[in-house]
Amino acid sequence: MSREEILNNIRRGVKRNTADDTARQTVLNRLSAKADNLIPARAQLPQQEQIALFIEMANEAAAEIIELDSISEVPSASAKWLRDRGIFELVTSSTAKVDALDWSPLAEKDIQRSQRVAQAGDFASLTDSFAGIAETGTLMLHSSPQSPTTLNFLPDNHLVILSRSAIVGVYEEAWKKIRAQFGATLPRTVNMITGPSRSADIEQRLQMGAHGPKTLVIFLIND
Amino acid sequence: MQINTPFFKQRASEALHDENLQKALGNLKAGFPEKRAIAVSRMPEFEDLRDQARDLKNHIIEHLDLYLEQFESKVTENGGHVHWARTSDDANKIILDICKQVNAKTVTKGKSMVSEETGLNDYLEKNGIQPVETDLGEYILQLREDHPSHIIAPAIHLNLEDVSEAFHKNHNRPKSDDPAVLMQEAREVLREKFVAADVGITGANFCVAETGSTIIITNEGNGDLTQTLPKTHIVITSIEKVVPTLEDMTLFQRLLARSATGQEFTVYNTLSSGPRREGDQDGPENFHVVLVDNGRSEMVGSEFQDMLRCIRCSACMNHCPVYGAVGGHSYGWVYPGPMGSVLTPKMIGIEKGGMLPNASTFCGKCESVCPVRIPLPKLMRHWRQDEFSKHLQPKAARYGLAGWAFLAKRPALYKTYTRMANWFMKHWAGKKGRIEKMPLAGGWTDWRDMPAPQGKTFMQAWKEQQKNGGSH
Amino acid sequence: MPNSPSQTTSARVGLFVTCLADMFRPSVAFATVKLLEQAGCNVEVPEQQTCCGQPAFNSGDNDTSRDIARQTIDAFDGYEYVVGPSGSCIGMLHYYPELFEESDPYHVRALELKSRSFEITSFLFDVIGMEALQEQLNKLQFNQKVTYHDSCSGLRQLGVKQQPRELLSQVQGVELEEMEEAETCCGFGGTFCVKYPEISNRMVSNKTENISNSGATTLLGGDLGCLLNMAGKLKREGKTIEARHVVEILADMTDIPAIGEADYDLAKAL
Repeated sequence: MSREEILNNIRRGVKRNTADDTARQTVLNRLSAKADNLIPARAQLPQQEQIALFIEMANEAAAEIIELDSISEVPSASAKWLRDRGIFELVTSSTAKVDALDWSPLAEKDIQRSQRVAQAGDFASLTDSFAGIAETGTLMLHSSPQSPTTLNFLPDNHLVILSRSAIVGVYEEAWKKIRAQFGATLPRTVNMITGPSRSADIEQRLQMGAHGPKTLVIFLIND
Repeated sequence: MQINTPFFKQRASEALHDENLQKALGNLKAGFPEKRAIAVSRMPEFEDLRDQARDLKNHIIEHLDLYLEQFESKVTENGGHVHWARTSDDANKIILDICKQVNAKTVTKGKSMVSEETGLNDYLEKNGIQPVETDLGEYILQLREDHPSHIIAPAIHLNLEDVSEAFHKNHNRPKSDDPAVLMQEAREVLREKFVAADVGITGANFCVAETGSTIIITNEGNGDLTQTLPKTHIVITSIEKVVPTLEDMTLFQRLLARSATGQEFTVYNTLSSGPRREGDQDGPENFHVVLVDNGRSEMVGSEFQDMLRCIRCSACMNHCPVYGAVGGHSYGWVYPGPMGSVLTPKMIGIEKGGMLPNASTFCGKCESVCPVRIPLPKLMRHWRQDEFSKHLQPKAARYGLAGWAFLAKRPALYKTYTRMANWFMKHWAGKKGRIEKMPLAGGWTDWRDMPAPQGKTFMQAWKEQQKNGGSH
Repeated sequence: MPNSPSQTTSARVGLFVTCLADMFRPSVAFATVKLLEQAGCNVEVPEQQTCCGQPAFNSGDNDTSRDIARQTIDAFDGYEYVVGPSGSCIGMLHYYPELFEESDPYHVRALELKSRSFEITSFLFDVIGMEALQEQLNKLQFNQKVTYHDSCSGLRQLGVKQQPRELLSQVQGVELEEMEEAETCCGFGGTFCVKYPEISNRMVSNKTENISNSGATTLLGGDLGCLLNMAGKLKREGKTIEARHVVEILADMTDIPAIGEADYDLAKAL
């Protein structure tokens, strides 16, 4: 069968057979150690400076950052942001954090909120995030029954809640954080998102908003 | 895909005279290399990261069977399926079978060079399934019945006008020459396709053994829609893409975008680990990974093993003066540029692919930017050795080389010969100091003058000078 | 690596002439000898040298490459340094170890040759050192805008980049105008330029365009292969920019016509 042929070819190439326990042990050790490789100095900073770096890098990636003093301000800030753009619908995730908010400011501005998967034609979504990575201004989100992945990709505008305390310096810290929460099995989808969708496939000219959201708004919460 | 590699020379010649192509290629030079240089300058550890990436890839290849087994068992544990494909045909059949099992009519596709390698689109179409490319560049090419000329910027050979034309023909909308309008058009047209598709096929940049995850590293978001909306997600990828852990993947993530587009990080880095979980409201119900070999396992332990380190960033072709002059289609098959010049002969045979490893000045620019430090010129040289030992080079070249070698190994004879040749060329040139035309030198003098020798060889002049007292 | 003039003074240096200097421009080899002697070296020219073997190496003919490598290793046995006016040819000498199995006695000898062989500007700047050269260089005058082409092997294999520029900066009157893409290949590539003449032509045309745009009146480089190619193209295009090997400036031999310029009779000049 293909599988055995392929594996045998490799074993022949590396001059080793299946009974080689040293090689097996080397591999097991690497898999269990989960050791860091070289981590650039850029984001190895005190947390306050990591936050500043996150903001700088996310801005560079064309994300829009709105700083809020408290998570309770998210509904009114969302309402304002949507209303300013003439958007009257918002699909949100239903994580505990999102559900705990008082969403009445949306209704006050005639904005309808629904909680479901995203559909083609949705104007805006709002989700929670798992972490922010300062190194490149990257958000980390993951799928769950409460947070469908389509919310991160189908709507034209994606609003994301990020707590300052969820900002880490480098990708490696995010992996440690995700292992701490989920153990050996990752959520089905882990999304690292750095700014809104874009393409330069036509004459190498950068255009924002290819297939994913055209804008990415980060509500950065001061907690 | 049809193999046109043996016609490299003709195709290159046509490309050099194709004004539109030359205009389009101009965009490449000003784009990727300059952006890469900036990104690299902002990452002081970049060279050290390259060293580590090279070493880690070497470690992976030395233990490739074991990491693949681990990856397979984790994917299975996550509820997914792993399929092994020895050849392109095997891979295409596996994918067709999966499509048939779920009664698929339409398939959306994220960008995948491995699927180009296996000729998946043609195969599916022949079997009644319509694949729809969703990456903007790939979509444009599909409308034009064209193929990628670059591994990450597939439509780099086209100009705005070409895209405008193709969209106008196919979309039944007013013609526009605004890239933003064109992109919006593609966005709207493809949105329906995403939702309607029964199967979504993507590639993978890496496969993580630790977690059984595949990752796609993209900017548009089409790959995510491709793999999230249909009921079945098939990942077509190749065996050398496995990495041990998330931390190991991250080492390559730091190098990939910077080397490729010069971005700090691409917009979307998405890990997929199996089908949707209990309670999930979206995501695929079936998750398949097709691991394609297609000659790679034979490269392990061979003189071409280093090529398995390649992470398909395209830095080599972005910086290659030959690629920059003739574009990707001249190479006549899937993989262009320096990485293609090493890989293509492996996949289509040196008899058909021999033109490519010869189409290099060995300037070494590719190696100098390769994030995993593949010695590309050295590997091209290995192909030339293979050709030489099989007597595949043109007769004139072989006899020429043999004649030169005969002399070069006999210093006394060599001196006599060079003295004569020097004298002859000097006199052929006359008073001008250069030669505009000379028998057997058309390869040179058709294009440029040949500066004339100074009348004596150095060895001759030196000897005379030493005899006359050695003053100089 | 020895780095003080006292250690290198009266060093016995074997000149690797290079086949192109031997055949096309002996004055480049004479200039190299002059520079080495000014630096206090005793220069000898081993009789048994021909070519570095690169044409065979790059054509995949390793048997011939090995034969020529052995011949070169033998020819340069015993010299403290081996110096040549070409990054490409000296670069080829640096590939010799790859040609021999480690058990082959030539493997060690190849490694050892590699450790003592240098491209001329690198030898002057890295081994001899600026201190010992400065006085001599400061006496020179070359009132031209020059631009410098970085040849591929010298640049990427041997790390020759700032050395020729540093040396030139000591010459009075030299104004260095860097061209765009100075590090991009000129399209010579040994047999490449005749195997793929059209592609090579495009590459050299891009090069001459960048050279012209720099505003320089003289093109300098450290490799005759590239220089013959670029000079030949400049002439064919009817441009007046002169091309010279950098050693011609450094050795004060600019009275000799530039590459591809008017007839010059070495025999008479000597």
